[in-house]
Amino acid sequence: MKIKTFSMGGIHPAENKLTHEVPTIVAELPKQAIFPLGQHIGAPAKPVVQKGDKVKVGTMIAEAGGFVSAPIFSSVSGTVFKIDTAIDATGYRKPVIIINVEGDEWEESIDRSNKLEEVAAHPELTPELIVERIKNAGVVGMGGACFPTFIKLTPPPTAKAECVIINAVECEPYITADYRLMMEHADEILVGLELLMMGAKVTKGYIGIETNKPAAIELLSEKCAKKFNGTKYLVEVVPLKQRYPQGGEKQLVDAVIQRQVPAPPAIPVNVGAIVQNVGTAFAVYEAVMKNKPLFERYTTVTGKKLANPGNFQVRMGTPMINLIDACGGMPEGDNKLLAGGPMMGKALTSVEVPICKGTNSVTIISDEEARRKEPQPCIRCAKCVGVCPMGLEPYLLAKLSEVKNWERAESEDITSCIECGSCHYTCPAHRPLLDNIRLGKATVMGIIRSRAAKK
Amino acid sequence: MGKLIVSLSPHAHSRDSIERNMYGVIIALMPALLASFYFFGLGSVVVTTTSVAACCFFEWAICKYILKKKENTLVDGSAVITGLLLAFNLPSNLPIWIIIIGALFAIGVAKMTFGGLGNNIFNPALVGRAALLVAFPAQMTTWPKIGQWDTYLDAETGATPLSIISSAIRLGDASVLDQLPSSFELFLGSSSGGAGAMGEICGLALLFGLAFMLYNRIITWHIPTSILGTVFIFSGLLHLSNPVYPDPLSVLFTGGLMLGAIFMATDYVTSPMTPKGQIIYGVAIGFLTIVIRNWGAYPEGMSFAILIMNAFTPLINNYVKPKRFGEVAK
Repeated sequence: MKIKTFSMGGIHPAENKLTHEVPTIVAELPKQAIFPLGQHIGAPAKPVVQKGDKVKVGTMIAEAGGFVSAPIFSSVSGTVFKIDTAIDATGYRKPVIIINVEGDEWEESIDRSNKLEEVAAHPELTPELIVERIKNAGVVGMGGACFPTFIKLTPPPTAKAECVIINAVECEPYITADYRLMMEHADEILVGLELLMMGAKVTKGYIGIETNKPAAIELLSEKCAKKFNGTKYLVEVVPLKQRYPQGGEKQLVDAVIQRQVPAPPAIPVNVGAIVQNVGTAFAVYEAVMKNKPLFERYTTVTGKKLANPGNFQVRMGTPMINLIDACGGMPEGDNKLLAGGPMMGKALTSVEVPICKGTNSVTIISDEEARRKEPQPCIRCAKCVGVCPMGLEPYLLAKLSEVKNWERAESEDITSCIECGSCHYTCPAHRPLLDNIRLGKATVMGIIRSRAAKK
Repeated sequence: MGKLIVSLSPHAHSRDSIERNMYGVIIALMPALLASFYFFGLGSVVVTTTSVAACCFFEWAICKYILKKKENTLVDGSAVITGLLLAFNLPSNLPIWIIIIGALFAIGVAKMTFGGLGNNIFNPALVGRAALLVAFPAQMTTWPKIGQWDTYLDAETGATPLSIISSAIRLGDASVLDQLPSSFELFLGSSSGGAGAMGEICGLALLFGLAFMLYNRIITWHIPTSILGTVFIFSGLLHLSNPVYPDPLSVLFTGGLMLGAIFMATDYVTSPMTPKGQIIYGVAIGFLTIVIRNWGAYPEGMSFAILIMNAFTPLINNYVKPKRFGEVAK
């Protein structure tokens, strides 16, 4: 059988999965935990605690700031030190809640046992109740985009969900957090998938995994067969050919069910698919079955020059430097510190930036790999056109942005760019293609919004 | 602790470079170069050396003294390619001073005037050849016979397969074609294969170069395949309609067709950017080549076909778009 993948473009970056077989360890509690209020797409959360308040693990410290938003929960017990600003992953100072850690006292309502809770044992669960619990637990997409999960489960009336696709692709180099989660908590993830299918009122589910993770494919196929055979659910593990950016939502839908999501504003559910990351499926399980809000996650801490790279189960709000120190400390010399992997991760300006809901990895790039080469003139080799997974012409979009021809940039579909960076990765002339395209895309989207506002 | 370096994503690079691609093309040209040494001996060594040296000199001098660029673009290897390709298009008994004029046209006029690598509209080597063909028609249309090891200016000249084909068509006499070597001999460039330009004699060596470039992803299949396919089909139909037109295999392996399809039309800078555009470009080159060869004033049409389509490349880029992801067929 031909192994599936998405239909156009794509690259094969060096994998560098240094931590594939390193079992996850529980990270130490920080002395102080920092919670940025804007950890998700949408309005920032609004603080509901004040300086001096006592909080427990699992106490809500900020409520959703609008419809597209999510509440934030404390991952530690202690006292609210202050509500202030701190540098977050964007490089700017943003509002945060800082909590001084004292002991480790959890909210009574959270079920801390390791017992696997099956859906069958809970007849009270209805689709509405599941979505409500996911919303109240502050669950957002944990692959990095951080879009509130409950919104994805309640599509607009114009679209009809047909299936849930679990994104277990992890196509970014270096990162292994999702892989470790699958190997260590496969049963919970499958219950999470069942809950997601119930919540979305569908009976078809897929788990897309790249073939560089044969153990996960085998494990999940086996467990799926055992769990879902003879039920109303039809769940299929889909092995995918290794290729970046397969973890992009549109590419994954294309690869798994061969349907292409049209240009924005269309979203995957317009072609019937709801895509959720494995980490999200696990968080959904914990939120619904264990009443545990989202304040903990799996994160890979990695880098070629790091002494002991590893995978951590970490409380959110933990400053990155704590994890880096647990892996042997920052390597000598100048480094690039990334929240995320090398293809789409954000370079940080401070080692104190905390782990947030979307931080799947802390990646340290060292030596000459950390620096860009001088750009040379475009030789029109067309390699960027060949690798673009969206069928765009990166060289042209970059040029149009450079000369500020926004009108033409819009008609050349600049807003379809998913910012995967394949063009920049492949350019033999080292041209900063994506830098320019990003600028153009943001400007064109602003123009489109203001045009819509005028009408 | 050192500094934290900040830049936008992506933070990884394929490590591909302009140099890797250019040197790759040079390696791909090596089999054809060795074949030209083998078939034309001393003459081809002198012509190639002169052409490459002159192209490199003009690139370096213009870069340094006229454009005053900080980094000299000589190192990128593109001038060497132009020099090799120009030499491949010349007869092996061409005097040195004419070769130097050709190199000046190629690098000085066709490339550096437009701003150097990446900005030129026309293929530099072909502009050099076209300029020489107009300025020195006699020297540029007498071709040494192959298999002369130790001759240069004094090489004995002979009829090329293309001139045989051309006279067959003009006379309307298919029996003239009997003078043609077999298509297999044309493909290998064996010694009874007549005369011709230095780099175009051995199709086999050129195909090795093509395989190397495809394997190393320096070029894609679109342009060579569409040119060769079009030529095969179009000349095949002509052959069927009237035996005065040669059989398609002989057409493929005569003159500069393989050289042009593999190395000249695939020049990054002057060919279209999208696969669809590249196929349109290739089909048009194949078509124009046969038209010029059969009904034009010159026996060889490849280089003019490529130059004409170079001029259309910006237009193709403007109107031929790749299929966008999720685009619904209109």
